[in-house]
Formats: sequence, structure tokens, C-alpha cells
Amino acid sequence: MSRLLLNKRFALSGLLLLVLVLPLITSNAYMIRILILTFIWTIAVYGLNLLAGYTGYLSLAHAGFFALGAYTLAILTVTVGLSYWLAFILTLVFTSIVGALIGMIALRTREHFFAIYTLCVGYIIYLIIYNWEGMTGGVRGFIGIPSPGSIGPLEFNSQISNYYLVLFFLVLTIVVIYRIVHSLQGRTFMAIRNSEDLAKTIGISTTKNKLIAFILSTFFAGLAGALFASFTRFIGPEISNITMTFDFLVYLLIGGIGTLSGPVIGTFIIVWISQELQFLQDYRMLVFGPILVILIIFAPRGISGFIIDWNLKRKAKKQQIESMKDMENNQEVKEG
Amino acid sequence: MDIFFQQLFNGLTIGSVYSLVALGLTLVYGILHIPNFAHGALYMMGGYITLTMMQTLGLYYWLAIFVSIVVVGLIGVLMERLVFHHLRHAPPIHDKIAAIGMLLFLEAFAHRVWGADYLEMATPHGQVVSVFGITFTLQRLIIIVAAVLVMFTLYLFLKKTYMGMTVIAMSQNRAGANLVGVNTNKVAMLTFFISGALAAIAASLSSPINLVFPGMGHLVILKAFVIIIIGGMGSIPGAIVGGYILGFTESLGATYISSDYKDIIAFILLVLILTIRPNGLFAKGGQS
Repeated sequence: MSRLLLNKRFALSGLLLLVLVLPLITSNAYMIRILILTFIWTIAVYGLNLLAGYTGYLSLAHAGFFALGAYTLAILTVTVGLSYWLAFILTLVFTSIVGALIGMIALRTREHFFAIYTLCVGYIIYLIIYNWEGMTGGVRGFIGIPSPGSIGPLEFNSQISNYYLVLFFLVLTIVVIYRIVHSLQGRTFMAIRNSEDLAKTIGISTTKNKLIAFILSTFFAGLAGALFASFTRFIGPEISNITMTFDFLVYLLIGGIGTLSGPVIGTFIIVWISQELQFLQDYRMLVFGPILVILIIFAPRGISGFIIDWNLKRKAKKQQIESMKDMENNQEVKEG
Repeated sequence: MDIFFQQLFNGLTIGSVYSLVALGLTLVYGILHIPNFAHGALYMMGGYITLTMMQTLGLYYWLAIFVSIVVVGLIGVLMERLVFHHLRHAPPIHDKIAAIGMLLFLEAFAHRVWGADYLEMATPHGQVVSVFGITFTLQRLIIIVAAVLVMFTLYLFLKKTYMGMTVIAMSQNRAGANLVGVNTNKVAMLTFFISGALAAIAASLSSPINLVFPGMGHLVILKAFVIIIIGGMGSIPGAIVGGYILGFTESLGATYISSDYKDIIAFILLVLILTIRPNGLFAKGGQS
């Protein structure tokens, strides 16, 4: 067990080191750009994972909250003219508050109703962004969002500096999610996922905890959206579209819903495959759609979950063999 | 006043289409408790297949619709067999995700095969009719009449035939139906066939007045969800009444409030309803 943990830790630090030095060894600006976007999607997918994976509530408004974060940052920095980091913090506060308000109502519904309700909420956000031209620029999109302001001596004008900034937020997100999942709070979410009625009977306030999960999920969606806006510096209403939510879902499902490493694995693999299959662009769902269906039937916890289960099975088998050997030995001793 | 009746007539047309789509959705929900997000894709396939039959094989409109009904019905059956059947014991979140996967696949498929263009469907019934000061094309009248006929046939099928009654029995109590010898697998397939057929009919009827394109199912399916929540998930009369209510609300809302925001009406209606009644308007006591 300790060796496995050591291996894991070793692999993790190796991976971190790799992404840290990557911009230094490659000068491929396109690749760095794709990596930055992947980091941003991953943050959003972690938010979705907390709600759909750990708490069991499939929210289909996630792209809406992502767009809410992006547009709030754009409006606060450009239209209102606040300094970047103040606007950044206000964006996170604002998306969380909107998340809390919508969550309070949405979470009164359960299962199918929740999915349909959030689907409609997402659609309303899209229609508002699309139609409210005065504020959001409508179809034309929102142009001229500033890149992150400097903190002391740190400036974020270049692509490389943006890379490290987004990477910092990604690592922070993973650490926070790790702490949450392994805390009592995380156990509470999982209890609700496994059986809401059972959770209630052991004294968990499901209303309160579901709301916490919902707010956290919108918080990370907003964070990703804000980073996205200041990185691409141009946003259009399509980022709030339902297809974006479906993209997040594909990343999460393929990586492994309800697992810690799932969002990273899924997002990286799918973005990478999409890059390889550039010619498929519009038709990529011809491949990912069936993969999604097959996975949900045969490996509902995605790649990550599949590996975890496989490891557990192997270990169980090993134990079984060992115990059988022990028994045989004992018998031999008795007979002898 | 003329405008009012004209809009009432338009509402009846849209409402007929909505009702047909919502009926298919509610039937599947009643039997298998799956919110079939892929239903909109079936609707879209229905439109495309009718169009292809008319254009490449030169089939007559009604014959093309018949082919479309069979094909889309079979796609529905395949969905049940290949996907939902395997997920019947899985947590409810899995059904939804699988349905989304199929939706994405079918849409990309249509995109690949027929392109992203908006296609027009010619109808042999384009004549303009004028009755009591209301002017409309014959196609619109046909939509209304055909929809009513289909609903009536479906009603007769469900109430008067043995096969139809098994569907009702299974929606009332799956285990009970199984106990008295109903083959639940067959009924599930039958239900998906009917559901696909209804989607194909709705799409084929409405395509001449709308257009055919890969995303044509999006709004319709979302609205169908609104309808079956208003009408009670799984309730057949609820789906029909809800469809017409939404049709009227939209066409009157577009005239008297704002045509830009007419699509948002349904969703605001839904958000309001679920805010006040989290289990839908006509939920049968107790939480599901």
C-alpha cells in the first residue's frame, strides 16, 4: 500500500515538473495555447464533477455559469472599468451568489426534474446573453477584455506568463477539490449521492449540503470563465451554449465521473484526440457520442474509475490467493 | 380581431406539433422513467428522412412520411435495445448521459450526411385557403387534422387493443404487469417505436412550414420537456393539453408581447412552475 502511494506521489510530482518546464523546452506557441485552454476546461470540469460526480446532481447549466463568469469579468473590467484583480474577485463572488440563488430554487427539484430545470436555466442564460446586445454585445461578442493585471513584479502580458497563471489556478483547484473530497464535507456529498433518504436519516441536512455543492460548482465554473475571458480576450454567446455543457460532460465522463483524476485525464485525452482529429472538428461527436454511451454502459466511472476498480480487483485477487496459500500451509502443518 | 383568430389558428398548428412530440416523450417516460434527451434527435431524423425520400427517391409526400415513420421508429427500438435496456438497473444519471451521447451522435451524423444547411421541404399542399377572414396554407390545416387523427388513433390503440393495454399496464406498475404475464421487453420496444414514429410524424408535418437542419430538434425537445412537466410526467392527456397551451401562449405572446423573446416564454413558464411545484403541476402525490 505504501509503495503504491509512493509511486503515485512520484508520478504526480513528475507530471507537475513536466508541465512546469514544458514552456521552456518547447517554443510551439500553438501547443501552449491549447494547453492553457485545456487547463481552463479542466477547472470547469472539476466544478461539474463536484456536483454531478460526488453529489449526484446532473446540472446542465454549467456552460451558463462558465459564460456568466466570463461575461461578468468582461463587463466589470471594460464597461465598469475596475482594476483587473478587483473585478476578478468580484466575478467569483457574483457567480457564487447567482449560483446560490438559482441553486436554492433548482435544488427543490430532484433527478430528472433537476436536469431539465438546469437545462432550461442554461438556455435562458444563453438567450439573455444573445439578446441583451447593449450589455453583452449579442451575436457580435465582447471584444477587448484586458489580460490579467500585474501583481507586484509579476506581469501577465506574455503567453508563457498566462500559462503559469492558469496552471497555478488549476493546481489550486485540484488541491482544494482534493481537500474537500477527503473531508467530512466530501463524505457528506457522497452520502447524498448514494442515497438522499439515507443521508437524511443519519442527520445530514441535505438541503444545505446540496446547496454548498451547487455553489462550489458554479464558483469553479465562474473561475474558469473569468480565466477564459482574460486569456482569449474575446468572448461570444456560444460559450454559454448547451453544446459547451455537453463538451464538459464528455470530458468528465470519459475521464471518470466521481473520481479525483477524472477531469484532468478526460479533458487532456479528449482535447488531444480532438487536435489529432482536426479534420473531424464538426463531426467529432460521431466518435465521442458512441464512446460516451459505451462507457456509461460498460465503465460508468470512465478511464480513471476503470483503473481504480481494476487495481482493487487485482489486489483482492492477490489477497485471496495469499489466504488460500495460508490455508493450504496450515493444512499441511496439521497433516504433517 | 382578425389577428387574434389568425394567431389562435397558428397556435393550434404549433400546438399540434408540440403535442405529438411531447406524447412520444411522455410515453417513454411513463414506461421506463427515462427523460429521453435524444428524442429531439429522433425528431430531426424524421425530418431528414422524409426529405431524402422525397428528393432522392422522388416519393410522394405521404409515402415519404410513412417510410420515415418506420425508419425513425426502428431507430427508437435500436436505442432501447442497444442502450437503455442495458441501463435499466443503473443509477438514473446514467440514462440521461447515455441519451445525451446518442443525441450528440445523431446530430453529428445528420451534420455529416446532410450538411449544416437549412433545407426546405416542398409540400404538395401549398395552396392558400381563406376561411372566415383567416388566411392560411393548406399544409397548416393538414397539420392540425393529421395530428388530431394520430392522437385519436393512438388513443384507440392504447384503450381498445390488447397490445395497447399492455403499454398502459406497464406504465401503471412494471412489476405488476410482469406478474400477469406482460412481456416487458416487448412493451418497451413497442413504446420506443411509437415514440419515434410520433416524432417522425411531427417533424414531417411541420418541416414544410419550418426548415430542416441538424439543430431543428433542440428547441422542440426543450419545449416538449416543458410540456410534459406542465402536463405531468407520463400523463398522456397532460401532454396533449400542455402542447396546445404552449402553442397558444407562444403565438399570442409573439404577437402581443415580443417576437424576439417568444422562445423564452416556455422556459420562464417552466422555471416558474418548478419553483412553485418542484414535482410538476399535476404530480401524483409523494416524491418520485
